Amino acid sequence: MASPNNLQFQEFEEAAELLSADPGASTLSMSGSNTPSTTASAGEDVKLDLSEDEEGQQESSELLGGQKPSGGFWTFEYYQSFFNVDTMQVLDRVKGSVMPQPGRNFIKYYLRSNPDLYGPFWICVTLVFSVAISGNLSTFLVERGNPTFHYRPQFHRVTIAAVVIFMYAWLVPIGLWGFLTWRQGAERQIGGYSFLETVCVYGYSLFIYIPTSVLWIIPYDWLRWTLILIAMVISGSVLVLTFWPVVRDDTKVTAVATVVTIVVLHTLLAVGCKLYFFQTAASTPTALPTSSTLHNHTTLAVKTN
Amino acid sequence: MAASEEASRPFAGLSDVSISEDIPVEGDISVPVGPSRRDDEFSTLDEPVKDTIMRDLRAVGNKFIHVLYPKRSSALLRDWDLWGPLLLCVTLALLLQGGAADHEDQGGPQFAEVFVIVWFGSIIITLNSKLLGGTISFFQSLCVLGYCIMPLTVAMVVCRIVLLVSSGVIIFAVRLVVVTASFGWSTFASTAFLADSQPPNRKALVVYPVFLFYFVIAWMILTYSP
Repeated sequence: MASPNNLQFQEFEEAAELLSADPGASTLSMSGSNTPSTTASAGEDVKLDLSEDEEGQQESSELLGGQKPSGGFWTFEYYQSFFNVDTMQVLDRVKGSVMPQPGRNFIKYYLRSNPDLYGPFWICVTLVFSVAISGNLSTFLVERGNPTFHYRPQFHRVTIAAVVIFMYAWLVPIGLWGFLTWRQGAERQIGGYSFLETVCVYGYSLFIYIPTSVLWIIPYDWLRWTLILIAMVISGSVLVLTFWPVVRDDTKVTAVATVVTIVVLHTLLAVGCKLYFFQTAASTPTALPTSSTLHNHTTLAVKTN
Repeated sequence: MAASEEASRPFAGLSDVSISEDIPVEGDISVPVGPSRRDDEFSTLDEPVKDTIMRDLRAVGNKFIHVLYPKRSSALLRDWDLWGPLLLCVTLALLLQGGAADHEDQGGPQFAEVFVIVWFGSIIITLNSKLLGGTISFFQSLCVLGYCIMPLTVAMVVCRIVLLVSSGVIIFAVRLVVVTASFGWSTFASTAFLADSQPPNRKALVVYPVFLFYFVIAWMILTYSP
């Protein structure tokens, strides 16, 4: 009765019992756990953890309680731990940022203690170029009927867009994280987010602006304001859903103020980008066509001389 | 008894063997020494300057040919050099000047901006692929990304020549086709070289920045207006 075969069968029976108790639970493969007791307790942990989502994902790092970056900050491996994502994970996170659902906290559901820097960085870079290029295209489309218009690539806008977007994507999370950590230190609370997770949420929440900026090429003002509204609602709700559970334990005033600040900053970014990069015919400053007219006149004058 | 005797004298049968004396058994047992390697390294000092320059030029030209017909050979990766990327970057930046860039505010990219985009873009893409677990070395990746700008530089030359003729809608359509084709060629060539060194479930994560990089360069070329 104490033969090794019987012990192995006992292991599987434990797991089978758990499964029959709750057929909806997802299973996680555990490597290196041989005793039935650990399998049972780990199985219960698995059940508790995954019970809130229907599609269970196999993540072995889930139970390790978050990844610790290896090595000091001067080693390469330290930074490599921030890029430990696969293609499917990045696509999942992007999908989660575009379709927020009220029950799902972005950090808890999608990041799962594996925040990455790949998404935020490349989303910001893509956003910089998409805003600058789409702005240039929209200016071109608006001014096509204008005979004095001379097409210009306006490449300096890339620099401006880069500065603005990267400052937003990095300084605002720093400020927010610092503020939340200070509040939690003062209020003796636990369960805040790490700095990397905050940066990650902000980075992924900017993704919705990429297709929005491409759609802004269409030169109808009402359409642009509608798109801005939709984008702000979606990405703002990702941020609010993520940060509300952390701040709601705080005093009412602080909680509401924090959330309102998050939303207001987000709004400022969106509206600022739209107003600066995408100018419709009505709001185009008259200086622009007259300066190009002046330029043409001066060159003509120079040529005739 | 006889067997054990024979076993105890294994070479007994050979005692009758003798070598006839008219077969010469002499020879030279010294190890033949080939041309000394050290002499080769030192002798490049004595070669004419033309040889030195031509060797490097031939290496660069060889890599250009590899980009023209991208097949997975390791020649581009093994003997990396950065002469080709420098040449291409300077050519591209020079060709992008003299357009609407006379207005410093509204024009195309300045020389320094093109340089920064090409070199810092390559460095960031290389860092990205290494952080994601790629096995390619830093300079090899820079070399590949730089050399694969060649189709876009050729497209820039074609665009400038075509723009000398006129600047209308048909010319724009021609430029669009040429630039799009060369952008696709660049991306395809560089991923042919780079994709093997990545872990398989992260290939798209590495290819996307390369796509973005060449897209931005193609955009700069397409929007060049005289």
